[in-house]
Amino acid sequence: MIGFGGIGSGTAPGHARPVSSAKSQSIAFRLGLAMVLILIAVVTATILAANQFGQAASDETFDRLLRGAALQIAERISVADGQTQVDLPVSAFELLSLARNDRVFYRVIGPDGRTLTGYDDLPRPARQSRGAGAVIYDARYKGTPVRAVMLTRQLAERSISGEVMILVAQTTGERSALATSIATRAVLIIAAAGVLLLFLALIVLRIALRPLARVERAMLMREANDLSPIDVPAPQEIAILLQAINRFMGRLDKRIEAMQNFVADAAHQIRTPITALRAQAQLALEEKDPARLERLHRRLYARSVGLGRLADQLLSHALIAHRADTATMERIDLRRVALEAERETRAVADEAVLVELPDEEIWIEGDPVSLREAVKNLINNAIRHGRPPVTLRVARQGDAEAQIVVTDRGSGMSEEAAARIGERFTSDGISPESAGLGLSIVASVAAMHGARIIRHKPEGGGFAIGFQFPMDHS
Amino acid sequence: MRDPLRLLLALSFVLTALAPANAAMSRLPPRAGTASATLVIESTTDLAVFEPMLLAFQERNPGVAIAYRELTTNELDADIDRACAERRFAADLVVSSSIDQQLKLVNDGCALPLNLPAAEALPDWARWRNELFGLTFEPAVTVYNREWFRDRPVPQSRFELIDLLRDSEDFVGRIGTYDIESSGVGYLFAFQDALQASTWGRLVESLGRNEARLFCCTAEILEWVADGRLLVGYNVLGSYALERIERDDRFGVILPSDYTLVMARAAFVSREARQPEMAARFISFMLSPAGRDILSRQMRLLSPVDGADQLARLTGHDSADPRADPQTLRPIAMSPALLVGLDRAKREIFLRQWRAALPASPASE
Repeated sequence: MIGFGGIGSGTAPGHARPVSSAKSQSIAFRLGLAMVLILIAVVTATILAANQFGQAASDETFDRLLRGAALQIAERISVADGQTQVDLPVSAFELLSLARNDRVFYRVIGPDGRTLTGYDDLPRPARQSRGAGAVIYDARYKGTPVRAVMLTRQLAERSISGEVMILVAQTTGERSALATSIATRAVLIIAAAGVLLLFLALIVLRIALRPLARVERAMLMREANDLSPIDVPAPQEIAILLQAINRFMGRLDKRIEAMQNFVADAAHQIRTPITALRAQAQLALEEKDPARLERLHRRLYARSVGLGRLADQLLSHALIAHRADTATMERIDLRRVALEAERETRAVADEAVLVELPDEEIWIEGDPVSLREAVKNLINNAIRHGRPPVTLRVARQGDAEAQIVVTDRGSGMSEEAAARIGERFTSDGISPESAGLGLSIVASVAAMHGARIIRHKPEGGGFAIGFQFPMDHS
Repeated sequence: MRDPLRLLLALSFVLTALAPANAAMSRLPPRAGTASATLVIESTTDLAVFEPMLLAFQERNPGVAIAYRELTTNELDADIDRACAERRFAADLVVSSSIDQQLKLVNDGCALPLNLPAAEALPDWARWRNELFGLTFEPAVTVYNREWFRDRPVPQSRFELIDLLRDSEDFVGRIGTYDIESSGVGYLFAFQDALQASTWGRLVESLGRNEARLFCCTAEILEWVADGRLLVGYNVLGSYALERIERDDRFGVILPSDYTLVMARAAFVSREARQPEMAARFISFMLSPAGRDILSRQMRLLSPVDGADQLARLTGHDSADPRADPQTLRPIAMSPALLVGLDRAKREIFLRQWRAALPASPASE
């Protein structure tokens, strides 16, 4: 379809919006920032995890020493002469000395609750868990935090039975040092990996954004009036952008072409009647015979009226074409469109138009201004080319559609003319009486609204033409 | 205490100080002017031995006065332990040959951690936690009466000594060692002997059979060996023996070739020290080349930094000699394992075994 730009395209309005005033930062900056933030988050999380991991690994290692030492001491507890005896093994303390710089505390508590040997005030675990096995716990002793184990051994001798508790504690210096060292190493590796990753990401970013620069170059190198599609190899994401640009340029191209056509056509359409008008005006100047002069005057009048109407229609056409791109569709009552079109026609025409309206509203989506213009054009055509009475009728057509139809008693338009509805100008007559331009407007408006143009010859003669719209049930 | 002024000073100090009954307090006035600081040292070493080091230190730090309090190992341990528990000042620097007691004090948190670059030279066994530092290098040796052994082979190892004691009746009542119940160093050496080798049981048994005499102090053993009342003294602190051998050729010194225990007199700066920096400087000085020089030349002591080599030189053996083989030197490491010997239950068991073998403890007459 050729016409003023974007008719029936139904996509976004083709005019350029003002460039977003928000600070548009570079994609590289945004991506880089996002990557840095993500990396920071990831690195922070891993550092926390590394610390926990280091602490757990270190605890596991050193808890083994504690447990081993307690077990060795437990083995050397015996009963002799009704007395519980502790023969402290040096190996237990050598085991603990593997944590080279940590202080060691121990305590052995007999079945009667008395401390058999060691540090009398070494604290027991806060919660006493019943049963055998080692309890590992944290405590404070002599002003420093210690990690301790409590091992319970059951004595079942003839003279003594009960529990012996072995408490072994160690300061946490080496264990913290190991935890820190594990964590530090992990963190260093993570940090190095992070920096490397960031560096690589930035390189990848630059490579990924290179097609944009290519597009930029391609556009800068263009002639000012070259609106042909840009054809630059581009990755998918940028190809989408390119398609959008190309679509936009296509619309722009059509629009400029339409504008040029309009100017050319308008000039052509107007020049001819003006030439005729001038010729007749000249004749009138030279005419002395009053009767002829009278006739000439009448013709001059008719011509100027026609010319006025033509100018009207041209402007109306330009308006419609513009609105097709810009007007926002709204919910309107088709009856109201009919009434306003009739009123405006009545203001300039002598003929009366009969209006038939249903009782309930007929809602459709549309632009009231262009619809009114289209309907006025149909009425004017009927008045001018048909035969009265002219009727304007609005009716529902089933559940989903509505019609607005103009009927007259004339013979209607020829099949040949009907087939040309929608061409820019029907060039049958330079005559301003021509219906061509009016029908072109009608076709534009129909396309803009997604409506069909219907025409038929009703029973009992005459000719009916109008639109059929999908109804808006919302 | 040679000059009367120093004696007077020391006396007045002793009277005013809250010192244990037997403590001998000496005060060394500053070299120049009035004292800017007083470094208080509690030690088990005789002042006479320690004085050259103190004076050399004062020479380098002229404004420092030194109060030197001499105590026995148990007195020193009890004094520092009490002060530590009460968080009260007793001394800036604590030096003792009873390294197990020293280690326990450090373990109990009585010491101040130091950052001593000079201590980097110390071998691992002679330091613990940046708090306890070994100052000397003192082997446990066997001494013998040179006159008696003139025509007899000298027992170079514990095995030879055990054989000698078993095969001969000559040693009954004429072999001596420390009474480990009263001598801290004696207990330490005996306990380490028991850990080191299986010879210990047989050796104790032999000592018992030969009615070994038990002594409190090194000097006494040396005296008895020198004049022939004893033929052999076992596990004697080598530093005293090596010092005395230079002016007394009546006895000889053996570094046992199976193994020779080595002990380092241990020092730490008290947590409650008033002059912690000065005390740390003193330790650094003792470990420095200048300090080591004084140690070996004037105090006849070795330093843990280079003790093994010095020992080889002193005993007249070059390092090719197996007796000076560093492999046989077994330094007593400063580690929590020393706590075991101090454990009251363990000590009781150990002493019970000792008493069973050596029932009568005829101390020096």
